[in-house]
Amino acid sequence: MTDRVSAPAPEHWEPSAAQRERDEWRRRRTLRSAAIAAISTLLLLGAIGGAVVSSPGWQRVRETYFDWDKAVSSFPAVLDGLWLNIRVMLVCWVLILVLSLTVAIVRTLRGPVAFPLRLLGTAYVDVFRGLPLLLVIFLLGFGGPALSLQGLPTSPLFWGGAALVLSYSAYVAEVFRAGIESIHPSQRLAGRALGLSYGQTLRHVVLPQAWRRVIPPLMNDLVSLQKDSGLIAVLGVTDAIRKAQIETALDFNYTPYVVAGVLFCCLTIPMARLTDRYARKKGYHGAGGHL
Amino acid sequence: MSELLRVEGVRKSFGDHVVLRQVDLAIEPGQCVVLIGASGSGKSTLLRCVNLLEVVDDGVITFDGRDITDPRVDGDEVRSRMGMVFQAYNLFPHLDVLGNVTLALRLVHGVGAAEARSRGLAMLERVGLAAKARARPDDLSGGQQQRVAIARALVANPRLMLLDEVTSALDPELVGEVLDLLGELKAEGVTMLLNTHEMGFAREVADEVCFLHDGRIHERGAPAQVLGDPQHERTRAFLSRIRA
Repeated sequence: MTDRVSAPAPEHWEPSAAQRERDEWRRRRTLRSAAIAAISTLLLLGAIGGAVVSSPGWQRVRETYFDWDKAVSSFPAVLDGLWLNIRVMLVCWVLILVLSLTVAIVRTLRGPVAFPLRLLGTAYVDVFRGLPLLLVIFLLGFGGPALSLQGLPTSPLFWGGAALVLSYSAYVAEVFRAGIESIHPSQRLAGRALGLSYGQTLRHVVLPQAWRRVIPPLMNDLVSLQKDSGLIAVLGVTDAIRKAQIETALDFNYTPYVVAGVLFCCLTIPMARLTDRYARKKGYHGAGGHL
Repeated sequence: MSELLRVEGVRKSFGDHVVLRQVDLAIEPGQCVVLIGASGSGKSTLLRCVNLLEVVDDGVITFDGRDITDPRVDGDEVRSRMGMVFQAYNLFPHLDVLGNVTLALRLVHGVGAAEARSRGLAMLERVGLAAKARARPDDLSGGQQQRVAIARALVANPRLMLLDEVTSALDPELVGEVLDLLGELKAEGVTMLLNTHEMGFAREVADEVCFLHDGRIHERGAPAQVLGDPQHERTRAFLSRIRA
């Protein structure tokens, strides 16, 4: 109220007896629920753990998959391979974002002039979303170097990365398109009414809002890419999975695969938590995942 | 106790901002109590507290003889006996008109599909929209949407209707159709607690008008008295502002 004569002194408020009793009841209920949840979780985990460890095959499983010495000895090689995965993933992700955003924008263009572009964008998405990723990797990874095209490298790493980018961009383009189309048309109208051009409206009004909405599915695709970057191992590129395979071949102990798996999880899980926190801090509506 | 609803010493704050300091109110069956007051005076917050959509910081709300602010009370059950209508209609856009009206009947009140349908159609007939049963909310005018929202709130025979600025989002020529409907409901004996900026309507339909200011009910009484001859300076200032 602007017409207040004098600001009232910050009054002292004591909760009534009834309110104190309610608060106390709520507090007790919260404690009880937390205790029940904690105990039941522990019991369930204990039961699962006990059942696994006491099963007759456990000894062999442990030797084959959880051999500590093998894990330690294979760790440096697998970690070294993982560094390649990380680099592939980062470079590919940037290219994927650029390509997919371009395709998404092209697909949302209106008017007959943009028809050939829309057709191209739709055809691209249809084809590369339809093709299995492994097939694209085989096609480009083995076929690409064999062509020895002028000006293009022949390394399987390049062609494997290209396959990842082409395949993933088709998926991510659809995520972006869904985000763009979810922004209410009134936002475009408001932008155009201010005199902003189509492109300016897209850049300063539509995309910032669309971006916020698609952060969770984008993260999904990034995590997925992180794992699929291991598929280029089939081309002979020595990434974490390939390194683990080599280590395993020494004595048919599969612990190196588990090491690689744990390392992949160590990459993806903190990133998922970080994105959740980022999204919550920015107050992105509907983007704040909870643990 | 003949009261249907009694609000005693209700306090509600959001962070440091105290919206309701000490609100007392009582409604008898068939009565219509109208809350008036400036924007931000807590009218909507009070309605949401009564509907248990907000948890009060202190105070007691008794509905149908039972303290509903007790945390042991099942809020969903309490809400199933009240009807609430919002300023922005809040219809479900993915359901048609009849689907909106019959949703709670089927999910909350356990009414079979056939009976829900006939009760829903009867209710739509009552608000003059039977012909629109299969229309989507987005295809209706604001006044029609708000009448659907009233039908949705009313179809399960609530003991109390809460109406939160139900005409504020409407074009002036559409306000009449909604207010006429509310007048008819009042005549049929529906108990209502509402807030509005339509002083003419308040004068016509209210049994009691309450002026909310600074988290308290500053002045209350018959509409002719509060609106025609306000005793408090705050009330006079508010009324002169909205008439200006």
